[in-house]
Amino acid sequence: MIPATFDYLAPTSVADAIAALEEHGDEAKVLAGGQSLLPILRMRLNAPGVVIDLGKISELQGVTEDGDDLVIGAMTTYFDVLASDAVSTHAALLNKAIATVADPQIRHRGTIGGALVHADPAGDVGAPALALGASFVIAGPGGATRTVAADDFFEDLFQTAVGEGELLTQIRVPKHTGWGAHYEKFVRVSHQWSIVGIAATVRSEGGAIAEARVGLTNMGSTPLRAKAVEEALVGQPATDEAVRAAVAQVADGTNPPSDLNGDSDYRKHLATVLTRRAVLAAAGA
Amino acid sequence: MTRITVNVDGTKYSDEVEPRTLLVQYLRESLGKTGTVIGCDTSNCGACTVHLDGTSVKSCNMLAVQADGHEVTTIEGLAKNGELHPLQTAFHECHALQCGYCTPGMIMQSCDLLKNNPDPSEQEIREGLEGNLCRCTGYQNIVKAVQQAARQGKESGQQSGQGDADGNPVDLNEAEQTVGATS
Amino acid sequence: MTITEDRPDTAAPDAEIGKARRRKEDQRLITGRTRWTDNLTVPGMLHLAMVRSPFAHANITSINTDEAKAASGVIDVITGEDIKDVQGVNANAWPITTDQVTPTHLPVAVSRVACAGEIVAVVVARTPAEARDAAELVDVDYEELPAVLDLKEAAADTVIAHPDLGTNKCAFWKLDSAEQGSGGDVEAAIAKARTDGIVIEREYRQQRLIPAFMEPRSVLVDPTGEQMIVWSSTQVPHILRFLIAATMGIPESKIRVIAPDVGGGFGGKLQTTPEEFATIAISRRLGKPCKYTETRSESLLSGHHGRDQWQKLTLSAEKDGTVTGLKVDLLADMGAYVAIVGGGVPVLGAWMFNSIYKFPAYQFNCQTVLTNKTWVDAYRGAGRPEATFAIERIMDELAAELGRDPIEVREQNWITHEEFPFTTVAGMTYDSGNYEAATAKAKELFGYDELRAEQQQRRDSHDPVQLGIGVSTFTEMCGLAPSRILGQLNYGAGGWEHASIRMLATGKVEVLTGSSAHGQGHETAWSQIVADRLGVAFEDVEVLHGDTQIAHRGMDTYGSRSLVVGGEAVVRAADKVIAKAKVFAAHLLEASEDDLEFKAGRFEVKGTDKGLAIGEVALAAFAGHNLPDGAEPSIDADATYDPVNFSFPHGTHLCAMEVDTETGATTMRKYVCVDDIGTIINPLIVEGQIHGGLVQGIAQALWEGAEYDENGTLVTGSFVDYTLPTAADTINYVSDHTVSPSTTNTLGTKGVGEAGTIASTPAVVNAIVDAIRSFGVNDVLMPCTPERVWKAILTGSAKPAEGEREAAPHFDDGAPNQDNPDTSASTQGGAQ
Repeated sequence: MIPATFDYLAPTSVADAIAALEEHGDEAKVLAGGQSLLPILRMRLNAPGVVIDLGKISELQGVTEDGDDLVIGAMTTYFDVLASDAVSTHAALLNKAIATVADPQIRHRGTIGGALVHADPAGDVGAPALALGASFVIAGPGGATRTVAADDFFEDLFQTAVGEGELLTQIRVPKHTGWGAHYEKFVRVSHQWSIVGIAATVRSEGGAIAEARVGLTNMGSTPLRAKAVEEALVGQPATDEAVRAAVAQVADGTNPPSDLNGDSDYRKHLATVLTRRAVLAAAGA
Repeated sequence: MTRITVNVDGTKYSDEVEPRTLLVQYLRESLGKTGTVIGCDTSNCGACTVHLDGTSVKSCNMLAVQADGHEVTTIEGLAKNGELHPLQTAFHECHALQCGYCTPGMIMQSCDLLKNNPDPSEQEIREGLEGNLCRCTGYQNIVKAVQQAARQGKESGQQSGQGDADGNPVDLNEAEQTVGATS
Repeated sequence: MTITEDRPDTAAPDAEIGKARRRKEDQRLITGRTRWTDNLTVPGMLHLAMVRSPFAHANITSINTDEAKAASGVIDVITGEDIKDVQGVNANAWPITTDQVTPTHLPVAVSRVACAGEIVAVVVARTPAEARDAAELVDVDYEELPAVLDLKEAAADTVIAHPDLGTNKCAFWKLDSAEQGSGGDVEAAIAKARTDGIVIEREYRQQRLIPAFMEPRSVLVDPTGEQMIVWSSTQVPHILRFLIAATMGIPESKIRVIAPDVGGGFGGKLQTTPEEFATIAISRRLGKPCKYTETRSESLLSGHHGRDQWQKLTLSAEKDGTVTGLKVDLLADMGAYVAIVGGGVPVLGAWMFNSIYKFPAYQFNCQTVLTNKTWVDAYRGAGRPEATFAIERIMDELAAELGRDPIEVREQNWITHEEFPFTTVAGMTYDSGNYEAATAKAKELFGYDELRAEQQQRRDSHDPVQLGIGVSTFTEMCGLAPSRILGQLNYGAGGWEHASIRMLATGKVEVLTGSSAHGQGHETAWSQIVADRLGVAFEDVEVLHGDTQIAHRGMDTYGSRSLVVGGEAVVRAADKVIAKAKVFAAHLLEASEDDLEFKAGRFEVKGTDKGLAIGEVALAAFAGHNLPDGAEPSIDADATYDPVNFSFPHGTHLCAMEVDTETGATTMRKYVCVDDIGTIINPLIVEGQIHGGLVQGIAQALWEGAEYDENGTLVTGSFVDYTLPTAADTINYVSDHTVSPSTTNTLGTKGVGEAGTIASTPAVVNAIVDAIRSFGVNDVLMPCTPERVWKAILTGSAKPAEGEREAAPHFDDGAPNQDNPDTSASTQGGAQ
């Protein structure tokens, strides 16, 4: 099936893209990697008048290091994030999570920024970004930029802090060098969206967990961070028993969806089991 | 309409397209490259897989205008000078296709897989093909075909699956006898 | 994991039959030069888009097409009213009873729709995109009617799917062994067992499936020649031609149907579809070639579905485990309309529930029911997987009740190899088989005893990952079908197959088959058969099919019939060629026919070195210079073969499943199958059929299911939600064979197309139940999703020992966990 007609713009700079967004307002839809947008357009679930393709803005692509941060351009493809040694070294959790996204063809086209702004709660990038305490650089009209902390970025189902006329340009990820990481993705068939996903990264010291970060995928309308669990893990040995106790309340306060893959209670149960496994794997146990 | 210039299977094309035209529709309807097929509308099945600048993409999941200035290789551009690509040969040899509808996409993705990982394990092959659905073969012989092409790539000292036909083609008769002897 | 490559050496060293020939079909498929229907274009061709009902049940109160008609590139917008007299009807070919309640199924609905996805209007435009754009502009007003969606509720007749019919009960069909004289009284057997034996009662659910062939259906109609040409992605070009003629008032001689390359079917393309009939009616009305290609979403919604039954079984046995009776009560969903085979699909199970076991008494009752959902028809196996699932599940339950090994209990009750031919309690005569041999081989390949030991060890150690072993010792009936039996069953056509052999002057051979392939490899297998039979080179045989102008007679491809029936027709045509050629050869060699011997493609005069190759005889026939007086100058021959019996492949499938008791996730550890499909023509093709069949059957057990919401909307309407397995979800299967050739056809073949699908589903579910039976579980609904498995463990009657179920939920006992998500970010809860 073919999308409804639209006009197509392919600006070559962020400024031009923002200008185009301003001009077309509600009529416009931003095309990043397009791997979620194209099916939506094809099924005619959305019919924008103008599509603004960010594919030709080279400043939005690539991974660089800036002091204690990794800076990932919003239009960097999953594939390029996976290929980045800097990401593997300093943000292993992101690498592990992105490796599970969809399939190779999708990872070749799909972009990290596109996924974050699409903000599908079953997507696999939000939880690790949240867990790693990423911040999000957003460009707006007149050359304005602002930086939003991870905790404030995801607002609701398919809704982020990126407002009308704005673009996500960079994801800044604090380096977690030397941290163990694991993304535990639970699916029925491999090409599915996450039923539940757990992003865990752990810094170990002398056989115990010194610091931990835990993000939850598809446990609510946005990715969630389990800060209470993170705190409970501090100082614990990386043993089944200790971690089990520390993560026992991970699903408390969550409100995951119910669908064909499982009801809300089942997802809560999964989250407790999978968090334990993710943390133990991240700790190398 | 938007003007695009695309190199497809070694030929340059310059065309006016509607922006909403999917790359797969451009390939099929404007260029007659019907070897690339459409199997779904949600990007799950991978039947439409082609190479864009040497990496695999789902051509139903991008717009033709996004291919402007790029190179596309389809299943129809894989064989060179009348010689099948080693993966095409391996699919035939290993009976890795039945109805054949998924085959172009499967072969194009297998190519990409071997390019990134010339010596994959069975599990790596299976995961590398997770974006391609097949309803006939149960995947077993597809995995086998990729293994065969990888082996052959190693033996010939070249990497198969480079998106070109550099690998040595298999002598079909010889291969048939070899397999026949074990059957 | 090793793939068993050993195959029986049944053929002579130079024989084609038995050789792993690479397929002739592959070249165009691997190079992308394929003729899928959607690849074809005809000058001046127009494109159709369908406007479909979003409602499960509604009256159409008005359709406004003005805006759509005015859109760019739109030639016309056509409603059911416009073509109501010329659109024909989608017929049911097998009314299972004479009083079957059969709603009329119009290709384009005129006044009422009975399921979501029904076509209510058709846009004709210059391009597919313009057709789709205009379809969005067609304004249809509906008056919604109550819809009946649940099968059991439908059977209660409270809401009626078709109000004018007054009932949802479509037909009731019964087979009783006492009444038909093939066995005893099942009620008496059950009554006796209730007082002095064992009675097992179970109800199983066969969920609704979608065939999900990879090539979406497409139809192209050119009405402009003397013969209207219909290219369609169909399994059944001949049946389609007949039904177009029979229901649209077009002379059959004016219709040519071509099934070009067809991308899979699995039963899903044996339908004659509303889309085909609508495209024909509209192209004729406009006098222009028209094409319609469905999207995947349309395919999943409107192509027929499969399975969808409730199955109640009562099995009686002696205390020692000897079975004494089996009673089956089926409820089968037909969907909104009775499809081409329709009620015949569940009825095919009538002869299969008793399977390989010697039940002395048997009864099969089948109630077919109408609902407001997509129609249901054959899907790979058609009636036989459903039956096999239920009997193989309940045989495991019997074994569990007895506390014995499930294979041992089966062996106690199955037909032994000395007992063939064996007439079953259902009245079928099984010609051959050896269940002992297949089972012994399977157990060995599987490492049955070792895996049982590991299972016990895991149980004893309360391993969170439990292991289960599933057994399925199945049989099926293939080779559909003896026409006389079909006639007795009220089926609308015969079950024969046709073949022609054309002997060309240059020694090449053309074989025409009425059995039209869509991935099965007929071109290769038929070439092997003919090469052996006529003694010609494999490469010299060309197999033609799928065009009613070329292969004018045929009954097409489904029900594992092609080789068993179509292959036999080819053999018989070849034998007629030889008989004709022999007369000519005798004349040319100046010898008596009695002195001629036909061997390796040559007629030789016994005891001399004189002889003629069959190709030389073909050339002599072509020249016609020197033939016997009055002889017709041709050695071409036709044969139409009507089978005398079905064939009965069988096999033993063993499956090991690991169940993660903490999450309910299941992982296949090992799968072994040993199938007896009679003589194997091409082991490579057979392996391929087995692998693909297995995965479809396994997918029913684990992954697939068509689900509707309470409004009658298909929620598994795309590949996002209708979850087909990928390479990453499947494993390598170990397959092997035993061979007891069928005695009902010359080649000894039995059919293999459906075996894997039929056998594997119960093997997988039996393995899962076996893994968690110690938790008090005796069934898990299919698909056995992790959630269902986990909940089965949780609610199982047997409470495991302390410490065994560490995964017990802790979130529903007053925990502060049900907060509104809007406020959760700032609460004290674990997640923020």
